[in-house]
Amino acid sequence: MDFLRPTTLDEALAAKAERPGAVPIAGGTDVMVELNFDHRRPEALLDLTGVGELAEWSRSSGSDGEIRLGAGVPYTRVITELGGRLPGLAMASRTVGSPQIRNRGTVGGNLGSASPAGDTHPVLLVTGARVEVASVRGTRLIPATEFYTGVKRNALAPDELVTAVHLPEATGPQQFAKVGTRNAMVIAVCSFALALDPDRAAARAAIGSAAPTPRRAVAAERFLAEELPWGTPGPLRDSLKRRFGELVAEATEPIDDVRGTAAYRRHALAVLARRTLTWAWNDQQERSPSCA
Amino acid sequence: MRLNVTVNGRPRQADDVWPGESLLYVLRERLGLPGSKNACEQGECGSCTVYLDDVPVCSCLVAAGQAEGRQVRTVEGLAEGDRLDPVQQSFVDAGAVQCGFCTPGLVVAAHDLLRRTPRPSDEEIREALAGNLCRCTGYEKILDAVRTAADAS
Repeated sequence: MDFLRPTTLDEALAAKAERPGAVPIAGGTDVMVELNFDHRRPEALLDLTGVGELAEWSRSSGSDGEIRLGAGVPYTRVITELGGRLPGLAMASRTVGSPQIRNRGTVGGNLGSASPAGDTHPVLLVTGARVEVASVRGTRLIPATEFYTGVKRNALAPDELVTAVHLPEATGPQQFAKVGTRNAMVIAVCSFALALDPDRAAARAAIGSAAPTPRRAVAAERFLAEELPWGTPGPLRDSLKRRFGELVAEATEPIDDVRGTAAYRRHALAVLARRTLTWAWNDQQERSPSCA
Repeated sequence: MRLNVTVNGRPRQADDVWPGESLLYVLRERLGLPGSKNACEQGECGSCTVYLDDVPVCSCLVAAGQAEGRQVRTVEGLAEGDRLDPVQQSFVDAGAVQCGFCTPGLVVAAHDLLRRTPRPSDEEIREALAGNLCRCTGYEKILDAVRTAADAS
């Protein structure tokens, strides 16, 4: 097994073009587990931690700001540096593993692994994120909605690397919630993200770990857009929250596995949907000048 | 492959390193530093926690080659000569050690917490140590040790 150690993105892309079988490694929180347990013996490791360009984030100029988050920025930095601009992503990042794991793990790695249970995926789906991927042939932006193609499969070509994620800054409340056996160090039994966009009277909702890929709950989103009393102060009707939960549960396609049953996942996601909607709506009420 | 890494302030070299082996393996088996413990090998237990360029990580999840040219500080590098670090001393004083296997990882994690947050709340201590498992379930004494170390510093 070879160990490839590029120090620039160009070198990394050239290496990946020459050795498509080389497995990219950043924080190692997935790849090293596979190596330690002898589940995988790639022909080469492509270490991306020496590529400084991948470990940076920047904000585009202009009024509706967009964050370009380098694929190698660890979760700890997402939490401490971007919590205000990307609240949903920061919430999901806080639920990843433990401090040691958050110091190493990256959103780029979450995308590369493309596990249905990856914590950041639902947030990337509800924020309209685009995944920047590059090869020696050029760079392209893939909408998160088109990135996940199957269980642990993604839209990357063999010579491509994830280089960044482009996320619009939050324009309204964002929420993320996850079910696990404790409050740390858990792979999600199921997870849920919600983003409200009050200016456009729109909402996005997405589920994790309850279908072959992370996915949006489109009917539930449409329901919120039509039924939420945008602009009217006050708490939400229980019937509205309940119906939203039902529609989210209907968007799932879960299986029974070691972490939980399909029935439990469906039930739990309906609960998470109701809860996060309540939190997001309350958040929205506090922001809204009509309630001041 | 040959690996050059600075460990506890000393430049070290290891030869015939397999690129897929972990930094933990290098530390324990090639450099004779068995303080960092090998248990789960999947980042769940925190027993192998070390500083890599001043950031606490699970050394079982760092590929050996990723440590090339980097600074590593292990639990062996916390004491100054015979004088234990205050975190180590407080673990001794509080009796926060049962079988002792998780102790090195917890000491490094607690050391990092107190560097960043000298007066942590109980919630902050729990959060900071969430990635370190004690199979003897001696958490109460461990929390006592961290509180004692915070008071002592």
